[in-house]
Amino acid sequence: MTSRNRFIVSVVFTIPLALGMLGLMLPGGAWTQWLLATPVVLVGGYPFFVGAWSAFKHRQASMDTLVALGVGTAYVYSVYALLVGTEVYFEIAALLITFVLLGKVFEDMTRNRANSAIEKLVGLQAKQATVVRDGKEVLVPLEEVQVGDVIRVKPGEKIAVDGTVLDGATTIDEAMVTGESLPVSKRVSDAVIGSTINKTGTITFKATKVGSDTLLSQIVELVRKAQTSRAPIQKLADQVSGVFVPVVLIIAIVTFNVWFVLLGASFVDALLFAVSVVVIACPCALGLATPTALMVGTGRGARLGILIKSGEVLEAANNIKYVVFDKTGTITEGKPVVTDLVGEDAKEILLVAASLEAASEHPLASAILEKANMDSLEPAKIRDFVAVEGKGVQAQLRDQVVAIGNRSLMQDLGVVIDDVAEKLSALEHHGKTVMMVASNGKLLGLIAVQDQPKSMAKAAISHLNGRGIVSVMLTGDNEATAQAIASEVGITKVVSEVLPSDKADHIKSLQHDGRVAFVGDGINDAPALALADLGIAMGSGTDIAMEAGGIVLVKNDLNDVGRALRLSQLTFGRIKLNLFWAFIYNLIGIPIAAGVFASYGLVLNPALAGLAMAFSSVSVVTSSLLLNRSRL
Amino acid sequence: MVQTISIVVSLVAIGFILWWFFGQREAEAKLAENVDGVQVVEITVDGGYQPRTVQLKAGMLAKLVFNRKDPSSCLEEVLLPDFGVAQMLTLGKKTEITIDPSKAGEYKYTCGMQMFSGKVVVK
Repeated sequence: MTSRNRFIVSVVFTIPLALGMLGLMLPGGAWTQWLLATPVVLVGGYPFFVGAWSAFKHRQASMDTLVALGVGTAYVYSVYALLVGTEVYFEIAALLITFVLLGKVFEDMTRNRANSAIEKLVGLQAKQATVVRDGKEVLVPLEEVQVGDVIRVKPGEKIAVDGTVLDGATTIDEAMVTGESLPVSKRVSDAVIGSTINKTGTITFKATKVGSDTLLSQIVELVRKAQTSRAPIQKLADQVSGVFVPVVLIIAIVTFNVWFVLLGASFVDALLFAVSVVVIACPCALGLATPTALMVGTGRGARLGILIKSGEVLEAANNIKYVVFDKTGTITEGKPVVTDLVGEDAKEILLVAASLEAASEHPLASAILEKANMDSLEPAKIRDFVAVEGKGVQAQLRDQVVAIGNRSLMQDLGVVIDDVAEKLSALEHHGKTVMMVASNGKLLGLIAVQDQPKSMAKAAISHLNGRGIVSVMLTGDNEATAQAIASEVGITKVVSEVLPSDKADHIKSLQHDGRVAFVGDGINDAPALALADLGIAMGSGTDIAMEAGGIVLVKNDLNDVGRALRLSQLTFGRIKLNLFWAFIYNLIGIPIAAGVFASYGLVLNPALAGLAMAFSSVSVVTSSLLLNRSRL
Repeated sequence: MVQTISIVVSLVAIGFILWWFFGQREAEAKLAENVDGVQVVEITVDGGYQPRTVQLKAGMLAKLVFNRKDPSSCLEEVLLPDFGVAQMLTLGKKTEITIDPSKAGEYKYTCGMQMFSGKVVVK
């Protein structure tokens, strides 16, 4: 029988008894009370008695022990009183069970809500996919989709697994997995994420990750681990839980003797105080304080694309003084783009540059080629291509000698650049890499390239500043470039010209001054992520370094850094609050139940003590659920 | 007279509680058995976990079989935080939990509210 049904049975029989407490005379008096209370104790109390007994046999004690002892004492004494003809307390036994069951029903409801994050994620999974095999479309169950399968998705359908678009263009709603609220547009060779919803176009894509390798599966796994992890702060609660019940039993015995022997109270009154002590004590609230808050906090994070890996991480995220950002790919897009074309014929400059760079493997070449592609310029054929180490490249284009490169190359070629010198240094001052394009010994113009800051970088940094967190930028770039980017996004503390291997050392030196969080892409800065007090790995698309860092941000949004810190702090704060109340509840509740304040008229009927107990654990769970509503 | 009886009975009860719940007992670790390359150990869930300590070999998949006989809701869930496991146990059924004990050490497992606990020792 479920707790719910036991509760219903208990309520039906308890209501007349409760009315009796309020002064309604039951026909048949004490015997009727016995008749009503007995089924409540037997049906409602059954699991508590069985649980208490089997725990006792194995020298353990639990909540059941307390409830069973409280109810048992009230009931057995009342039967004795019934036989000898004194006042009975059947209503206390019945009410106690009803209240505890009510608490249990509420607790189950709220815990299920706290628990639902993972089920929701798992429920997102598509059930089947349309796979193209031998030119025919076949509907296959999700489990049979394999890496390399070509899958067709129509508008409104779910993307079955992770993959890469082969054909078509569309927009996809990725909110459920990454937390990104706007639909994301996808073209050929873009990555798609399994379990997201295709909105506008029909695409075919090649499956690259299936089963437990998909992004969603990994997120589910990570959240599952986080939700069951421990937070170091609960250590005291764990230790207390271990000895809680026996200690409460001893306190109850002492209470009885103080009243009965020392203060000369009647046997019944002393017994009622002892029973109150037993039933008001609530180890559950202590046990639930941490896990429920952890569950709700990490669950909410998962919906926002913020994966907090464990309770330990939550504690680490407190009191962060510095947030260190790796520049490339974190503050910036990680991909240089052409920002300026200076010269009379911009089209010609770009065409020459693109033609030269088409054969080059320089990292800036792709920026120029992309720009040419966007402007629908086809790079022209060149001959006699020469790469001049550290300077640039030159070649024959049509009947001209063309070149692209730095000052030194222009000097070698005898190209005069005095006219643009001012413009050149201005561009460089803004942290841009500037290349000069020349044809037949004459300067055509300048091309400036820059890895630009993300659009939301400035807002995200100012948000952190507003919360008293110092943002630091770490980069291998030269001082000028680094400063230019930093001032654009509002970062005042910059460490430039850092070799990748020295990142960790710089974090160590900051740590002398306060707790440090490091934000990186998780791929080439694993040591720094591991060394920082809190490592935040930022991902994009399906390539997320899940292993790196204590917090993983699924979508490529800098604002999530602040959100993640805030969520961690809120969750940790809630754990502390829950633990505080759970301790205080017991520390105050037990003395009240024992009658310490009886001289001030403050006494608790055992039934009310049971009600307080039942709702102390419900209130802890409710408090945790409120985390879902706090502002981030 | 009644007072004296009360005190004597109470002292005996307190003594019993201390001895019964806190008295030292040797925790005998149950060794897992190797079944087709997987180490299997059964834990009975009845008023706690029997045996409370199980011993596994490191680096070999392990199946913990929880046999829940206790209807108490206290024991309906088992948590192995170090292995990321939170599993509801069905009454009267055996629930298998597969873990990968790669590192030697002692790992605590508990009920949902952490009132009951046991230990997985990996060697």
